[in-house]
Amino acid sequence: MANDVYVIGVDMIKFGKFPDRTVPSLGAEAALLALDDAGLTIQDMQALYCGNLMEANAMVGQRVLQEIGQTGIPVVNCANACATGATAFREAWIAIKAGIYDVVLAVGVEKMAGAGLLGGGRKRKGIPTEGLLGSGTMPAVFGEAGMEHSRKYGTTFEQFAKVSVKNHHHSTLNPKARYQIETPLDEVMGAEMIAYPNTKLMCSVNVDGSAAAVLCSEEKMRQLGGSRAVKVTASALTSDRWTERDLTMPDVSTCTREAAKAAYEMAGCGPEDLDLVELHDCFATAEILHYENLGLCGDGEAGRMINEGEAQLGGRIPVNVSGGLLSKGHPLGATGIANVYEVCTQLRGEAGARQVDDARIGLTHVIGLGSACAIHVFEKQ
Amino acid sequence: MSTSPSPLLPAVPHLIIPESEEPYLQGSRCGQCEAVFVGTRNVCSACGARDQMTPFALANEGELYVFSIVHRSFPGIEVPYVSAVVDLDGGGTVKGNLIGIEPDPEKIKMGMRVKTVFEKTDRKDAEGNEYLAYFFQPA
Ligand SMILES: [Zn+2]
Repeated sequence: MANDVYVIGVDMIKFGKFPDRTVPSLGAEAALLALDDAGLTIQDMQALYCGNLMEANAMVGQRVLQEIGQTGIPVVNCANACATGATAFREAWIAIKAGIYDVVLAVGVEKMAGAGLLGGGRKRKGIPTEGLLGSGTMPAVFGEAGMEHSRKYGTTFEQFAKVSVKNHHHSTLNPKARYQIETPLDEVMGAEMIAYPNTKLMCSVNVDGSAAAVLCSEEKMRQLGGSRAVKVTASALTSDRWTERDLTMPDVSTCTREAAKAAYEMAGCGPEDLDLVELHDCFATAEILHYENLGLCGDGEAGRMINEGEAQLGGRIPVNVSGGLLSKGHPLGATGIANVYEVCTQLRGEAGARQVDDARIGLTHVIGLGSACAIHVFEKQ
Repeated sequence: MSTSPSPLLPAVPHLIIPESEEPYLQGSRCGQCEAVFVGTRNVCSACGARDQMTPFALANEGELYVFSIVHRSFPGIEVPYVSAVVDLDGGGTVKGNLIGIEPDPEKIKMGMRVKTVFEKTDRKDAEGNEYLAYFFQPA
């Protein structure tokens, strides 16, 4: 395909709590790490695409450059719920693909520590409806999405909980994850129930974090001698097509299926060709749905897939070997680019203890509720 | 000065409180593609048709599609409560609290018949106005 796009530098900070740091300073740290990884400087960048949600009205991209180099380049600030970072990455990809620039920077950053329960609390005229007309809180919304899978296929609370056991286990092998703690099944199932069937250990972690990537054209990659460069073979973004219940119960499956179809078509591969997947496990229930939505198994087989350990490191198709949003953490604007970091690190063979053997093709997936789905496919050179 | 209570306001715009009839939930249907929406609108987001929407009263009975049991909410909101997604007979999917049943996943059956009931809520707005809300309960 014309104008192939490559990631030549990518990194993330260890996710955590940084009460004394500003959003731009966290973004700047990841940007510098990614530039170092590419062997380039801010002076080499022709544009910046910055993803941040909670300060979306406050020029975060420009403030990152005010910390690391005000070179006067175009800056685009992106906000797209939990697909914010992936959307910034995709905008960078589009610019290279279009031949407008040769080398650009994408940064995702968020401060989330202590944000608490999300969704449902929106202030409106009249009286608050949370807890009066059902729940708009994220754990409940994704609890309901999981119950839809239970209704169709008999998926159990225990099967959902196993997702959390797996991802927490993976994170013990990832020094950049927020937590490195094993959580056995009884502990996950016995944790405080937040919104059935999601217990506290089945909810993603609100953390502060940032990640960044340097993207370039094929010509630029060759010029730089990019032996560690990873090819971006597909980028797909969808919104929520109208489906029967979407406006009452957000349909995260249809937009994922449509994005997956477009991405596989663009990449010229199918789910059977993937060596690893980083998907949007904002809640343990969500991961189950996406096994099927991404075609990692047939419809109705996700419960079996988690039971049989197919999504584990060493399994048929390892999912969220980084620890996922459940344990690595979910700083909204950074999440999409942190996924890119994980897949590229794996394809470069630099993932250490959590390395997937012979990883050649990987996929990243995020969902922004409301809704946006972004999928990228990467291939080792 | 009147001492008679002021009329109840609807907790959401799609809850209609007629003067002399029973309250109901309002929906609308697209004349071009038949898609059903909760509340009223001018353009159909399923097919894009303009000015084809006909308002109608949503049914007061339906089927529990899915649910979640909320044990942690925002400060001041009493837990647990059952958040229910209900498919109303004749179209329209509405979310509400499921009442009149234990908040226990073993007791609540997806697919069970439920009906809509309308009750005054304890919640008041900043001006002290009182509100009518809707709930679902096993039929
Ligand atoms: Zn229509």
